[in-house]
Order: sequence, then structure tokens, then C-alpha cells
Amino acid sequence: MMPAVLAAVVAQNVFFYLIASIMVYAALRVVTSSNIVHAALYLVVVLAGVAAQFLLLGAEFVGITQVLVYIGAVVVLFLFGIMLTRAKVGSEDNLDHDNRWPAILTAVMLVLVMAYAVIDFAGDSEIAVLDQSETTVQQVSDAIFSTYIVAFEAISVLLLAALIGAIVVARKE
Amino acid sequence: MYLVQFLLLSAVLFCIGVYGVLVRRNAVLVLMSIELILNAVNINLVAFGAFNRDVGAAIPGEVFALFIIAVAAAEVGVGLAMVLTIYRNRKSIDLHQVDLLKG
Amino acid sequence: MHAFLAAEGPSAAIQAGGWFLENVWIIPAIMACSFAIILFFGKRMPKGGSEIGIAAVLACFVLSLLTGAQWISEVNRADNCVAVEISEGKYECESHEGAGEQASAFGEVLGAAEEESEGAYGAGLKAVVSERTWWSNGGVNFTIGTMADGLTVTLLAVVTLVSSLVHIYSTDYVAGDRRFTHYFAFLSLFTAAMLFFVTSANTLQMIVGWELVGVCSFALIGHWWEDQANSDAALKAFLTNRVGDMGLLIGMIVLFFASGETWSIIDINKLAIDHTTSHTLLLISALCLLTAVMSKSGQFFLHTWLPDAMAGPTPVSALIHAATMVVAGIYLVARLYGVFFEGLSIAGSSINALALIGGITTLVGASLAFVQDDIKKVLAYSTISQLGYMALALGVGAWTAAIFHLFTHAFFKALLFLGAGSVSHAVHSFNMKTDMGGMRKFMPTTYKTFLIGSIALAGLPPLAGFWSKDEILVGTGGWGFFEGKPHSNGAYTVMLIMGMITAAMTAAYMTRVIYLTFYGEFRGGHHDDDHGHADAHDAHHGDPHESGPRILWPLRILAFLAVTVGFLNLPPGFLGLPKGLTERFGHYVEPSSAAKYFPKINHADPSWSLAIFSTIVVLSAVAAAYWYYFVKVNRQSPAATELVNGPTSRSSVLKAGHTLLKNRYYLDHIYDSGKPVPAVGAGIVASLFGLAAGSALGFTLDNGLNQAFLPSLTWGLSLGTVVFGIVGLALSTGVGVASFVKKPLAWATNWTHENLLDATVDQVGVRSVQAAEAVYKHIDQGVIDTAVNSAGAGSSGAGGELRRLASGKVQQYGTIMFAGATLLAGLMIIII
Repeated sequence: MMPAVLAAVVAQNVFFYLIASIMVYAALRVVTSSNIVHAALYLVVVLAGVAAQFLLLGAEFVGITQVLVYIGAVVVLFLFGIMLTRAKVGSEDNLDHDNRWPAILTAVMLVLVMAYAVIDFAGDSEIAVLDQSETTVQQVSDAIFSTYIVAFEAISVLLLAALIGAIVVARKE
Repeated sequence: MYLVQFLLLSAVLFCIGVYGVLVRRNAVLVLMSIELILNAVNINLVAFGAFNRDVGAAIPGEVFALFIIAVAAAEVGVGLAMVLTIYRNRKSIDLHQVDLLKG
Repeated sequence: MHAFLAAEGPSAAIQAGGWFLENVWIIPAIMACSFAIILFFGKRMPKGGSEIGIAAVLACFVLSLLTGAQWISEVNRADNCVAVEISEGKYECESHEGAGEQASAFGEVLGAAEEESEGAYGAGLKAVVSERTWWSNGGVNFTIGTMADGLTVTLLAVVTLVSSLVHIYSTDYVAGDRRFTHYFAFLSLFTAAMLFFVTSANTLQMIVGWELVGVCSFALIGHWWEDQANSDAALKAFLTNRVGDMGLLIGMIVLFFASGETWSIIDINKLAIDHTTSHTLLLISALCLLTAVMSKSGQFFLHTWLPDAMAGPTPVSALIHAATMVVAGIYLVARLYGVFFEGLSIAGSSINALALIGGITTLVGASLAFVQDDIKKVLAYSTISQLGYMALALGVGAWTAAIFHLFTHAFFKALLFLGAGSVSHAVHSFNMKTDMGGMRKFMPTTYKTFLIGSIALAGLPPLAGFWSKDEILVGTGGWGFFEGKPHSNGAYTVMLIMGMITAAMTAAYMTRVIYLTFYGEFRGGHHDDDHGHADAHDAHHGDPHESGPRILWPLRILAFLAVTVGFLNLPPGFLGLPKGLTERFGHYVEPSSAAKYFPKINHADPSWSLAIFSTIVVLSAVAAAYWYYFVKVNRQSPAATELVNGPTSRSSVLKAGHTLLKNRYYLDHIYDSGKPVPAVGAGIVASLFGLAAGSALGFTLDNGLNQAFLPSLTWGLSLGTVVFGIVGLALSTGVGVASFVKKPLAWATNWTHENLLDATVDQVGVRSVQAAEAVYKHIDQGVIDTAVNSAGAGSSGAGGELRRLASGKVQQYGTIMFAGATLLAGLMIIII
């Protein structure tokens, strides 16, 4: 392997594990934090981490969209939701159910099953080294507006329906 | 990089999300956990796409990740609207108290 | 080759052009803008937005006339030139003089061909299509655009003219209405939608226009929606049309795929005509589209919404439910004529679904028009009947006659509706029997124009209706059967007879309307006495008075047209007139088959004997009705509306027929409630349904229908009667049918009951009781009770345990679900 490529691979791996560990930590904090606003902020970290993983995988456009849509819009929406429902800004006990242990058991079982399946399936599959191989925005948009146009239209209708639905549901009588 | 790295990361995030959905009492927090689950799926899609880049799978993977982002945005909108309605009717969004299904 | 084809007509078509034809989109666009402006600013305008609507529609009318003039000049250009092929499949016009020189440059053969073809025929003319792609996906181009040819410009002229007159009329008629602005906004939107529909270049646009006119119709029928009946009528119209719209969608989609994924009307027609499209698919789509035509154009048996639609304001009835929107179905058939022509094998057959439905509709409509007391309902059924005439004409291949009838009918039917509106404006009612009579004294102008409209509708020469009706009768080709002459398309003799009967009925019921409305003694004016405040309203409710100029002038204009438009299409050779004066309408409107998107249609020869015969038929019908109403009823009492001891009270058959008609063949009963209907109605409905469906079925089963009139009719009648007879019987739930056999049946039943059943039942009863007692003692008390008790206790116990699981906490359920799914996934991994 060429030294430059090797360096790239090492750098990629380093960044992957760095980001992944931050993400897992932040995700754990999202589901365990006793302060609901903190949880939302940890969610930002997870989402940003996902965006970074997208960049690592060469999916630039998806990464940027992830930042724009999730961190820019969805998280703000969450914060609005938190404030409109007058949650305590400070920490709060009792955010969790009493069925924590069954839930932990389920989640651990699930991760074990999935990990086994994943390793069994893709134990040593290597993702090709990223040289000049990221997808361009043009390719993505071409695909959306030709091959996946029907899905795109369906999504448009879905968003409209969600818009109307949200208004109808949340409207005061 | 190995494909399995991303898949494992995704699996872990997914399970954390599931845990959150199952134990959180605050409805907004449940919605956040659902976001975690959706993002885990997205990582899977993009990773598989990148893995099969040489057979042209990168584009579909990314396109569907984009669609999921759109769906997730819609889901948050409707979900929060529902949470607001629950809050307005019960002055609380504690899912512990939402037990109309109780037998 | 050229010379050979030239004998049948122009062999080649040149492309028409011109600014107005290419930019015909402007016309609907103006009306759409007018709608938007009225909607947003109408309320603040001094005349409530009506001035905008009138200005816009007049502008559209002028533009339509210019477009029409341009098309005529293009046809003339094509007539006077020779088509020269400049490249593969593309022809250019060469004038007479230049042709010879040009020909030598192109070589001897071509030159010779042109010499031949320039003699009697010019070139054909292709429609002007201007379109733009707005979306393309997977190799399919979705375009938006306009198509202008003779048919388009005809419809443009009709729609804009009638719409203009209705706009002007409405300023008086709905003056002071609380939704005045809303009314004019919807008139504009309707006009825009209709214009959009008739100018569309592809089937997709046609669907859009079709639905838009439906929406406007809905909104305007329900204009006075505070009245429950009106909003019900609007809903009925909308829902009935939905039934047909399903057919429209399915038909269009089938057509789209059948003709290789194209929406273009011209391409679809071309492919249908040159037999590229599968005949089966054409048949299917034609039948599907036929349902759409049935609902929109009020064809039997989806016509029931049209009379109810008269709940809308009268000008709306004139514009939408008589002159324009309801002909959308006819226009659809005319536009996609290649599909219907080939799909239903119109040429050479002697019966097909379209002609048959048209024929039945025309009879049903005319018969129902007899028994209506509401003047608008008479006109509504008359419209149904006339629409049936048009469908019949299209079904027998008389395309030009159908469109010509559409054209003339638009004028005289709009005239009749507006006249009825004028009368009702004066007497505040539509009921001829209770509130009208003797109106000619009070409303001379309305009377005269209404009379002209009636004569035109009845089809007496030389008014417009005569010419178009006669052309349809000729076009059936059935007269040749009686004359022993060769006929044009198939020999649609049945259709000729149906049309002839309808003509007689039309004349008779219009005579009835004239008598009830304008003759005899005024029967209205009693409302005020009822309420006891006659003085206060004297100015308004005294003697009815003639309407104002904004109502009368549209009537006069339409009356003038109802007299004259018939001369646009004099039959060839009529009174030795030169060729340039006869058949102008057909010449300019009918697309040339050389343009390849219109089938080659044979034209029937006009017949003096048929014209004279049909006139005699009409005159005798008028005379019969005249004798009944003007002589007998009037002699009885000037205020009478029917003979006290008339034929319906003397003859039970006639009485039954009258009841059947009064109940509108019980169709509404079936549609509305599914209540048991009297057997007679059900039976007749069943046989009519059977005739329609069965003939269609028989036709479908018999492909080579050219020589198979009788087999298909037999098939149709037998199958149809069997299928729908069963349905009819089921509908009548035996109530009425049993009345024929009631007595013997009742006696037989009684005897059976007493002698057989009772004895059996008694025996069975005694034995049963004995057995039951035994069972009770031994089995019930002993075994079953114990089992039930223990099962109950067990359930209760288990439920108490399980109850804790049903906590109502969704997340607890979620945990169980996820755990279960995980276990299953783990199991699957292990197993696999």
C-alpha cells in the first residue's frame, strides 16, 4: 500500500473511532440525562457526529443536509417543543420509567443479536479507499429527479400532509 | 475502513435509541430517541452505499438517506404537534399518565 | 398513388399556422385572470366584479372570432393550393400558379400527381399544436399546450358567446344576490375551465379541464346552498360525475399505455386510426370513456343529476347545464373520435354502445320531459334528450352532424333557458301549472323569443334545429334502408327510428310548454293573497311584467342565432346553391382525414324525402299536442292545465305509463335508497339496462359485427334481460311482481301452510320438547355446567394475572414487543 494511501486509511480510522466514541457517549447521555435541555444538546452532538460519518463515507451532500435539516431545524423544533410544554429547564428526577431493567435487557439483547449478525455478515468487508470517489451533488440530484422522481413526489405529498396534519392536530379548537 | 465499523456503530446507536423510547417518560425525549433510531438507519444506508460504490449503489443509498431525513422532519413535526395536544389536554406530557389503554 | 387517393379527398395535409391559432392559450388565460381579480377585488368594485367578468368574456369572444376567422382563412389557403412534399411526411403549400413551375423542379412524377390532385381537392389542414414540455421522466414527456382546429374554434366561439350573453343577463337576474361577486367569479372560472378543456392538446389536460368544469358546476348548482335541496342537488351532481370520472381516468390511462405512452390527442388518434393500437384496448378505453360521457353529458342511466342541477340559478343552467359543460362529453368523443370510431367499429356496423346509449337517452329524456311541471325540468330533460341525439350522431359516424347539432343546440337551448328564467323572474316560480299561463300578454318579447327557440328545438324548417336534426337523421344511414339506396356508414336503421320518435316527442312537449306557460289564463299571483300583505308588494308582485333590457337583449340575440345558424351547413346541392355556400360548417370544422388524426368518414347523401317525412312527423306531433292543449284543454277552461277526464284517467295503461314517467323510471329510487321499487318500474328499468348493457356485451362478444346486427342484438337482449332481469327482480323484492300472481300464490301458500307445514311443525315441536327435556336433565345440568363454570373460573384467574400486563402504558407494551422481536431475530440467526 502506498504510504499516502496508508496515511489516509489510518487518518480515516482514527477519525472514525474518535467520532464514534463521542457519538455513543452523547447518545447514552441523550437517553439518560436527567435534564431535558441537556438531552437535546447531546442530541445535537450525535447528529453532528452522524454528519461527520457521512463525510467520511464520501456522502458530502447527505452530510450537509444532515446538518442543515437536523441541527438547523429539527433540534430547534425540539427545543420549541420542550419550552411549549413547560418542562423544567433544570434537572428533573423521574424522567425514566420504572421498567428500566427490562428495557436495558432488551436493548443489550438487541445489540448483541445485531452485532452478531453484522459481524457474521460483513466481518472483513473493506470499504474502498476514498480517493476521488465521493458523490457529487449533481449525481444525487440527477438520481432524485429521474430515477426516484416518484418517491420524491411521494415525499413532497407526505411533507404537505405532515404540515397540514401538524396544524390540524396542534390547533386550538 | 471496514464496513463492519459503521454497521456496529449503527447497531449501537439503534439500541440506545430503542432504550430511550422504552424508558423515557417525557414525550419529547421519546421523539428524540426516535431520531437516534432513524439516524442509525441512515448510517447503514450510506455505509452500504459506499461499500458498493463500484456497482453504483452509492447514489441510491444517499438518496434514500435524504428521503429518510425528510420523513424524519415530517415525523418530528407531527409528533410534536401531538405532544402539544396531549400537553394541552392533560397539562403534562408524562407518558406514565397516558394509559387510556389500561385494561 | 397521389392521383388515386385524390379521388377520395386530399391526400396530404399542410400545417396550419397563424398568431391567433398558435396563441389560443391566451383565451382561457384571460378568463382565469378575470376569476382571480374578481375573487380578490370584486367586492370593492362598483358593480361587484361583474364588469371585470363581462369585459374579460367579451374580449375572449372577440379573440375567439379572430381565431375562427384565421382558421377559416387557413382552410381557404389549403383549398387553393397543392401540397408539395418538402421532406419526409412534411408538406408545404404551393399556390395554383406556382405549382407547375415547382413541380418540374421536383420531377415529373410528383408534378403529374399534383396536376391530378389540384382539380377538385385542395390540401388537408393539420391542427395547430403549440406545446411545451414541463416535465419529462423515463422517456415520457409531459407537455402542456393548446391544439387549435375547426372543432376547437367552434367550441371557443360557442362557449364565449353564450358565456358573454349569460354574463350580461346575470347582472340583472342575480342582482342584489348576497353572493353576487362569488357568482361572477365562478362564472369566470367555469368559462376559463371550459376553454382550457376545449383547447387542450393532450388527454392529461383534458382530465384537468373536465374536473375543473365539474367543480364549477358543483359550486354554481349549490349557489343558494342555504336551501338543503340545493346543496343536495350539488352533491348529487358531483357524486354522479365522480362515477363517470373513474371511467375517464381508467380510459385515459388505458389509452396512454395502449398508444405507446403518449398523452397527445393527435398521436392517440393517429395510432388508433392506422390500427397500431390494439383493437381490444381501444374498445376497453372507448367503453370506459363512455361512462365519463354518460355522466358528464347526462346520458342514460347516469343522467339523473342533470334535472336536479336546475337548482342553480337559471343563467347557470343555460350556460353550464345546457349549452356548454354538458357537451364536454360530446366534445370528448369528437376529440378522440379515432379511438371511438375504431374502438366501437362505428363504420360498417349497425349498432354500437355509443349509438345505442345515445338513442335510449334521447327517448328517455324526451318521454320524461312530458310530465314535468317545472319549466326548467322540462328543458333539462329536453337537454338530456338532445345530448342523446348528439351521442347517437357520433355513434353512427355522423361526426359533423353531431358537432353541428351541438352548435345549434347551444344557441336555442340557451335561449329557452334564459327565456324560462325571464318568465320565472316575473312570476317568482318555475312551476308552469300553478304560477304561469297566459304569459304572452305580459311578456311579449320573451314569448316571441321562446317560441322561436321552441320551434328551433322542435326542428321545423328553416330554423337552426331542423338542419342539424335532419343531418343526424340522414347520417344514421338508415333512410337508405327504406329507399333502397346504398347507405353511408353502417345502416343504423334502429337509430333512425329512435331519432324520429324523439323528434315527434320533442315537438309535442314543447307545444305543451308553450301552452302551459304562455297561453290560457294566468294562474299565478296568489302568493300575496296567501300572506295577506298584497298591498305592500304590489309593485313587485302584481301582474307579471316584462323583464329589463339586460335580459331581453341576450334573448333577442340568441333568437336571431337560433333562426340563422342552421344556414351555415346547408346540405350539398341544396336548391342548386353553389358549392361555396353549402356545407360551410362541415367544410371548416371537420378535420381532414389527410391530417391523419381523424378517421375517414363517409358522408350520407342528403335526402329530400327524409326531410319532408321528418317535417311531417314533427308537424303532426305539434298538431296532436295543439289539439289536446290549445283546443280541448282550453275549451274546458282557460285556467286548466290538463283534461279532467283525460286519457291518463281513462286508460290504465296510460295511467301506469304516466306514473312511471312521473317517477322518472324509478332510477332515483334505486340510486338513492335501494328501497323496494314497484315491480313495473324495476322491470322496465331492468329491461332498459339490459338492452344497453346487453347490446354492448353482445357487441363485444361479436367482433365481426359488420354482418352481425341480428346476432348481436339477440345476444344483447337475451344476456341483458337475464342479467338485469335478475337484478330488477331482486330490486323489486318481489313486492310488485307478486301482485300478478298474488291470488293463486296466496291460496297455494295458505293451503300449504295449513295442511303441510303446520302438521309437520306440530310434530317436530312435540318431539323437540321431549328431546330437549331429556337433554336438559342429563347433559346440561351435569356436564356442561361444570365445564362452563370451571372455564369461567380459569379465565377469571388467568385474566387477573394477565391484567397486570395490560397496564395501558405503551412503553411497557413496546418493551415486550421489542424483546419478542429480538428473541425471534436471535432464533432466526441461530437457525439459519
